[in-house]
Amino acid sequence: MSEQRIGFAAAAAALMARDLRLALRRSGDTLQPLGFFLVVTTLFPLALDPELSRLRDIAPAALWVGALLSSLLALDRLFREDAQDGALEQLALCGWPFAGLLLAKTAVHWLLTGLPLVLIAPLAATALGAPYAAMPGILASLFLGTLALSLIGAVGAGLTMSLNRNGSLLALLVLPLAAPVLIFGARATALAIAGEPLAAPLYLLAALSVLGATLAPWALAAAVRIGLE
Amino acid sequence: MAWVWFHRFGSPPHFYRLATALTPWFGWAAALLCTAGLIGGLVLAPADYQQGDGFRIIYVHAPSAWLSLMVYVVMASSAAVGLVWRMNVAHAIAASCASIGASFTAVALVTGMLWGRRMWGTYWEWDPRLTSELLLLFLYLGYIGLRNAIDDTGRADRASAVLAIVGVVNVPIIHYSVTWWNSLHQAPSVMKFGKPTMVPSMLVPLLVMLGGFTALFFALLLIRARGEVLRRERNARWPVDVPGLTAHEA
Repeated sequence: MSEQRIGFAAAAAALMARDLRLALRRSGDTLQPLGFFLVVTTLFPLALDPELSRLRDIAPAALWVGALLSSLLALDRLFREDAQDGALEQLALCGWPFAGLLLAKTAVHWLLTGLPLVLIAPLAATALGAPYAAMPGILASLFLGTLALSLIGAVGAGLTMSLNRNGSLLALLVLPLAAPVLIFGARATALAIAGEPLAAPLYLLAALSVLGATLAPWALAAAVRIGLE
Repeated sequence: MAWVWFHRFGSPPHFYRLATALTPWFGWAAALLCTAGLIGGLVLAPADYQQGDGFRIIYVHAPSAWLSLMVYVVMASSAAVGLVWRMNVAHAIAASCASIGASFTAVALVTGMLWGRRMWGTYWEWDPRLTSELLLLFLYLGYIGLRNAIDDTGRADRASAVLAIVGVVNVPIIHYSVTWWNSLHQAPSVMKFGKPTMVPSMLVPLLVMLGGFTALFFALLLIRARGEVLRRERNARWPVDVPGLTAHEA
C-alpha cells in the first residue's frame, strides 16, 4: 500500500463526523430509542400503584431495564445499512486498524443513544420518586453502564448484521452478556436513591466498561469480517 | 514433526476413526462409574443430619452443574481452535457441544429446583448459583440460535465461534456478579477440595459421579461429532470406505 495521507486519528474522526452527520439528518430515527425509554419508564408506575414511596423501590429496576431495552432497540441499525451499501467493506479494506474504526463507530452509537439517555434519565428518575440528591449517582452509573452496554451490544450487532430475521436473536445474544451491567448499575442506582455510598458498584461498572473497550473491538472486528464474507 | 498429530486430528476421516474407536471406552467408563456412584450415593452414603435423604439429588445436580461449565469451556476452546487453524473438525466438535451443554444446564436447573422445593419450600429461589446457571442456559440458547440463523455452515461456524469466545470471557464475570448481587445465601460448601465439608462416604460417590458424567459427556460428544462430521463431509468419498457405514444400503 502506498503511504497513507492521514493518520488513524484523523480517519477515525472523519468516520465519526460522517456517522454523526448521517444520524442527525435522520433525527427521527435517532430519537426513537429515547422515546422508547421514556415510555417504558412511564409504564412501570401504571402497572404498579403510583405511590411515590413504592415507586422509589422499583426506580432502579425501571431505569435499568428501560436503558437495556432501548439500547437494544438502536443496535439493529448500527451496522446493517453500512454493510448493505458496502461502506463497511471499504472500511475493512482501507488499511487502518479495523477494530479501531469499529470502536469509533460504536462511540458514535453511544453518543447518539447512550449519552442522550443519560441526559434524560433525571427526568425519568424524578418521575419515579428519586430524590435530587441521588441524581449524580444515577447519572454516573448510567454514564458508565451505557458505555458497557454499547460495547457489548455492538458485538451482538456485528454477529447478526447480515441476518434477515434477527430482532429476537440479537436480544437473546446480548441480554445474558449484559446481566452484570444491569446488576451493578441497578445496585448503584438503588444505593444512590437510598443515600448510601455507591463507590463499589461504580468502580465495578467502570471496570466492565474498560474491559469492554479493551476486548470488545477485537471480537467486533472478527464478527463484522465474518458478516462481510 | 511435533505438530503432525495435531494436523492429523484435523482430518475428518482420521477423526472419525479415532472417535469411533474411543466412543465405547468412554461409554463403558460412564456406565460403570455412574452405576458405582449411584449405588454409593443413593444406598451406601448416610443420610444428611439436616437434609435427610433430600441431599442425595446432589449426586445428579453437582455433576451436571460442573459439566454445564466444562462443556462451555470445551466448546469455546474447540471453537477457538477452529477459528485460528480453520479446522473443520474443531468446529464440528464445538457445534456438537452446544446442545449437550444446554441439556446438562437444564438438568442442573431442574434438579436444583427440585432440591429447592424440599429445602427452601419453593421451586425457584433467586439463589446466585441457580441464577447464573439460568444465564448460562441463555448463553447456550443464544449460541444455538445464532448457529441456526446462519444457513452457510462455514459462516455459522466462525460467527458462533466468536460468540462462544465472547461468552467464555463473560461466564466468570456473570457468575461473580450474580454471586455478589445476592450474597445473602449460603456460600458454596459442597465442593471445597482441600478441606471438604462432606464426610468421605458422601464425597467419594460424588467424585465418582463427576467422573462418570464427564465420561458420559465425552461419549455423547464423540457420537454427535461423528454425525456432524459425516453431515459436513456428505459429498466426500471417504465415508464410502468406512466399514459398517454403508452396509445397510448396499
